[in-house]
Amino acid sequence: MTVFAVIFYLFACTAVASALLVTLARNPVHSVLWLILCFFSAAGLFVLMGAEFLAMLLAIVYVGAVAVLFLFVVMMLDVDFAELKDGMAKHMPIGLLIAVILTVELMLIVGVWAFADAAPAMRQAVAPTPEDVENTVALGQLIYTDYIYMFQVAGLILLTAMIGAIVLTLRHRTDIKRQNVMEQMSRDPAKAVILTDVKPGQGI
Amino acid sequence: MIGLEHYLTVAALLFVTGIFGIFLNRKNIIVILMSVELMLLSVNINLVAFSTHLGDMVGQIFTLFILTVAAAEAAIGLAILVCFFRNRGTIAVEDVNVMKG
Repeated sequence: MTVFAVIFYLFACTAVASALLVTLARNPVHSVLWLILCFFSAAGLFVLMGAEFLAMLLAIVYVGAVAVLFLFVVMMLDVDFAELKDGMAKHMPIGLLIAVILTVELMLIVGVWAFADAAPAMRQAVAPTPEDVENTVALGQLIYTDYIYMFQVAGLILLTAMIGAIVLTLRHRTDIKRQNVMEQMSRDPAKAVILTDVKPGQGI
Repeated sequence: MIGLEHYLTVAALLFVTGIFGIFLNRKNIIVILMSVELMLLSVNINLVAFSTHLGDMVGQIFTLFILTVAAAEAAIGLAILVCFFRNRGTIAVEDVNVMKG
């Protein structure tokens, strides 16, 4: 067994095991932490496949943004998670049944699946992988030329998501004191300060 | 040697785990969202595996856009969750009946 295979099995087993623990963990915070481990292992698999840019993207966007967002929400919401776990034992048999059936089906497909003899000759790569440049450069050369409109739409989707998230979660509380900058700046010092002539020995 | 089938197997197992997670945690919407992320990740692994195996960069570009949409989906989903929790004080899925659907 080569080093490559050992590393592959390490990442693959870590990914699948941590994915299982995401679903089985009692505490949602632990679920999020297992999810982060799963993303890191998947990033390792991407590196093994030769997609370095996507691996880094997975580590930065998924672990750095999405998983931390999950962690933030899980910790911010004051929910009794033990109560939500009540029906877990009840739903376990049907879940396991469907999982086993799906696994068997998918394994049957993966096991016997093969390219038709004529298929590789007939199909033409839409965007063949360039030999002389690394993965990131090759992706950039495609994204900024052939897929520029899809790239712009991706930016629009992110903008929409940002506006939506802000609109959904922003609220103006009325029961707290707020700073009113205009009121502060337009305040007249002549009205704000009173000079009092205090007689000696009397006080105010 | 590690071939395409190995990566497809890992992706299939991750996908099944995601579906299993939805069935198992059907009260807890946060874990359901995490399971959906797992399923999207398995699809990404499939796309990248085929892309590198066949020498076609388009698969990796699709993966990039799936990542974008998944990030947007997670942000909107969690925002709705926070909004719902503020109004109802719970996130149990069976209590989501505001629209009497």
